[in-house]
Amino acid sequence: MTKIIVKDREGNVQELSADIGLTLMEIIRDAGMDIEAACGGCCACATCHLYVDKDWFSKLSVKEDDEESMLDQAFNLKVNSRLGCQIEFNDGLDGIKVELAPE
Amino acid sequence: MTDHTDVVIVGAGPVGLFAIFELGLLNIKCHVIDNLDKPGGQCAELYPEKPIFDIPSRTSITGQELTDNLMRQVKPFHPVFHLNQQVEKVEKLNDSEWVISTNQGKIIQAKCIVIAAGAGSFVPRKPPLEGIENFDGKTVLYSVKDKSIFKNKTVLIAGGGDSALDWTNELSKIAKVNLIHRRKEFRAAPDSVSKMLELEKNDILSFFTGQLKGISAGSNKSLKVQYQDNENLHYIEVDYLLPFYGLKMELGPIVNWGLNLHENKIYVDTEKFETSVSSIFAIGDINTYPGKLKLILSGFHEAALMAQVCFKYCFPDKKNVFRYTTVSKDLHKKLGFK
Repeated sequence: MTKIIVKDREGNVQELSADIGLTLMEIIRDAGMDIEAACGGCCACATCHLYVDKDWFSKLSVKEDDEESMLDQAFNLKVNSRLGCQIEFNDGLDGIKVELAPE
Repeated sequence: MTDHTDVVIVGAGPVGLFAIFELGLLNIKCHVIDNLDKPGGQCAELYPEKPIFDIPSRTSITGQELTDNLMRQVKPFHPVFHLNQQVEKVEKLNDSEWVISTNQGKIIQAKCIVIAAGAGSFVPRKPPLEGIENFDGKTVLYSVKDKSIFKNKTVLIAGGGDSALDWTNELSKIAKVNLIHRRKEFRAAPDSVSKMLELEKNDILSFFTGQLKGISAGSNKSLKVQYQDNENLHYIEVDYLLPFYGLKMELGPIVNWGLNLHENKIYVDTEKFETSVSSIFAIGDINTYPGKLKLILSGFHEAALMAQVCFKYCFPDKKNVFRYTTVSKDLHKKLGFK
């Protein structure tokens, strides 16, 4: 079983089973964790803001312009900020660690 | 002055707009209230250019095209739009009427209310800075109503989109403008970007990269704003801060209307799409029921069923004769179809 590891805003860590082809936002949302994802994943709202563990960050595909533009509207940005809806889960990301950014 | 109508629709997104059509077919008149400056809701604000593929009979249609088509479709029914305002209060006037008031002082009397508010109304995204609420509406402004107040003042504009750049360029004519954005790239019209860079080159405005970190009262000017560039903290004193970080959706005052809510969605039955309060309906993404799918096409269906029930509230003594649009002479006349 492939999985992702998510830290919530209270610092609790959960392991979520992750299916290949879903986005990190969808995996986190469908597990019932508190991620707003207002636009439903079309990269139009910046409410699925995540911090990706530094060791994993470099393994991700680079940000598209769309994602970079939406991050312009987010707060509390860090160098490892990404939008969960723009990261598609694959085999290579099994065990990836992410943290929900503050709302 | 109080307006009178049959139905007030809260929200001018695709489902709210189609509700005008379904109600109009039954000769029910509507007023529509929306907090955006234009109809279309999320379709027009979030993804006007993105194609939608699951609108029946349309292989692909953008959010803006869908909005424009719906506006044409409802035109014969003469809906009255009240934009740039949010419904604040809903009060029962008597057994068959409601009084709806907005934050812009508009008051409307109606027999039914249809909430088609999607994920809530669009409001400015406010930077999460401790104590910023003490300055909101005074020296921290999320929109510009009267630009003369900035004359000869020092202003900090935050953001990298069209609003931020447009106001940076405009206010530079009368004020000392500082612009802050997290990177020196902008998602604004290329014209405004080059104009801004030109102003910066000529020392008419100052640009900083960084993120806002804190706000407090200043010693020389009204605000002291803290910002972070990489690991370094800086301060700037200004008279006004104008944050332009786009819009977000918020349920807003609807939570206080005494409706049965479930996780910020309004619970409805699937026969009438009525809420726990009779003659208040909820359709589209804002409602919930077993099996709910948040699709525009589900909202269209919900609008049609809701309209049948609204008819009974609006015209209790009349009989509703169901008629297809292909045969309705009344509709053909309205559409000018011969």
